[in-house]
Amino acid sequence: MRLGLVLGEAFNGLRRNASMVVSVVLVTFISLTFVGVAILLQTQISSMRAYWYDRSQVAVYFCSAIDETGNCVQAAATDEEVAAVQAELVAEPLSGFVERAEYLTPQEVYETARDQYADNPMASFLTPELLGGIIRVTLFDPADADVVIESISGFAGVQSVEDQRAYLEPIFALLGAASAAAIGVAVLMLVAAVLLIATTIRLSAFSRRRELGIMRLVGASNRFIETPFVLEGVLAALVGSLLAGGAVIAIVQFFVGGTLGAAVGGSSLLVGVSDAIAVAPILVLIGVVLAALSASIAIRRYLKV
Amino acid sequence: MIRFESVSKSYSGATRPALNDVSLEIGKGEFVFLVGASGSGKSSLLRLMLKEERPTSGQIFVLGQKLSALPSRKVPYFRRSLGVVFQDFRLLPNKTVYDNVAFTLQVIGKSRGFIQEAVPDALKTVGLAGKANRMPHELSGGEQQRVAIARAVVNKPAILLADEPTGNLDPATSQGIMALLERINLGGTTVVMATHEAGIVDRMQRRVVELLTGHIVRDERVGSYVTQAIPTITDADLDEVEPDREELA
Repeated sequence: MRLGLVLGEAFNGLRRNASMVVSVVLVTFISLTFVGVAILLQTQISSMRAYWYDRSQVAVYFCSAIDETGNCVQAAATDEEVAAVQAELVAEPLSGFVERAEYLTPQEVYETARDQYADNPMASFLTPELLGGIIRVTLFDPADADVVIESISGFAGVQSVEDQRAYLEPIFALLGAASAAAIGVAVLMLVAAVLLIATTIRLSAFSRRRELGIMRLVGASNRFIETPFVLEGVLAALVGSLLAGGAVIAIVQFFVGGTLGAAVGGSSLLVGVSDAIAVAPILVLIGVVLAALSASIAIRRYLKV
Repeated sequence: MIRFESVSKSYSGATRPALNDVSLEIGKGEFVFLVGASGSGKSSLLRLMLKEERPTSGQIFVLGQKLSALPSRKVPYFRRSLGVVFQDFRLLPNKTVYDNVAFTLQVIGKSRGFIQEAVPDALKTVGLAGKANRMPHELSGGEQQRVAIARAVVNKPAILLADEPTGNLDPATSQGIMALLERINLGGTTVVMATHEAGIVDRMQRRVVELLTGHIVRDERVGSYVTQAIPTITDADLDEVEPDREELA
């Protein structure tokens, strides 16, 4: 097969169908940008999940002198009660789940709270007696929180056992929904892109049907006939997907790294340009493969013998 | 070289088959006229030889190949050993005479060197050596048909199929084309030509196969165009007759 001839045919096709080719470029560009954003959102969600879940713990709240809820009877948890819980956490079977357990005395809890709410006038009413101690339990796998909650809740002196992960769920749900929406839009746009490529290639083949007829008559192989058209689709999609890759990198660089990074203070948690650079080749691959498939399917009916 | 064994071909929607139980053998180096009225099945016969269509029943052998056993991806390679010429020339209007002929060789992957040798050779054979750089629209009908013939024979096919090659030409020009086809035939190429020009058939005195509503009604070694064998077509017949397909491709 002669490469020069095939490439020449492909470029001829691109030139003849300029407006359709531009629309293919734009549609692939936009659809793949959505795909890239969806992938980056997923990356963001999983990195945030890993980060926060690592830090989120199961907290065992002990009774203070005023508590009546849980197992409390308006008496602060005794040292023995605390010790019993601590012992339970490091004994079988819980020791298999618990990575470490750290006890904060009521005094320590008070100091933390005082620092945290220093500018809140209510803080001045707080005394250590109003607070119970807390054991912060770090688990090997945050998903095992229920086991700890179930085992510890019944102990005397325990006011409540809480899985702090629960506070983060709404945030992840929101990000998940945004990601799903981006994927949904991306899929719809990709369908449009595939159909548009198929239509463009059909149009191109139709405008060259005389040549195609003669090619088939004189025995040009199917691959020889097909390749210029597939290349035509692939080249258009390649341009679109390169633009999409650039757009994704730019979004991360200027929006996530710039605006968003400034807003949340520090961007170590956010996806970086390196993630975007990793996503760009995926976009190019998706664009090229889809274009090649849809173009070769579109041209098939001109190859029937 | 070409053998049809009880071949029938029905197009969907047609009440009568285009070809009905046709058996035919064409040997190497023969010059065969296919004659018959429009719709008698001449074009269908040619299309079947090219594997443009599959027969409804029966077997076709061309150049030792059983066409029904030929996988479709091999059909392009099979077609390289056949040359085809049409009534409407089918030249590429935006390519010169030289490029039209070279196109055939380019698309089947011949080397540049081979093309530079073969194309002028083929143009010389058809008597257009001096017009290589003309565009098709600058040529007369007869010259355009010569280009088409050059394109068909440039790859030295064993068989040349011609579907009414003189149908658009005046008698004098037709005679030139026929002389050319005869010369190609003398070179050893089997020529199968569908026509309904009585004058040409009568003058050439070659084998004549006559088709009538899908049957072979006559096959003479040295025949003429016997017009009386074609019956007057009634309106009722016209409804049944499959119209000639505009394009073979």
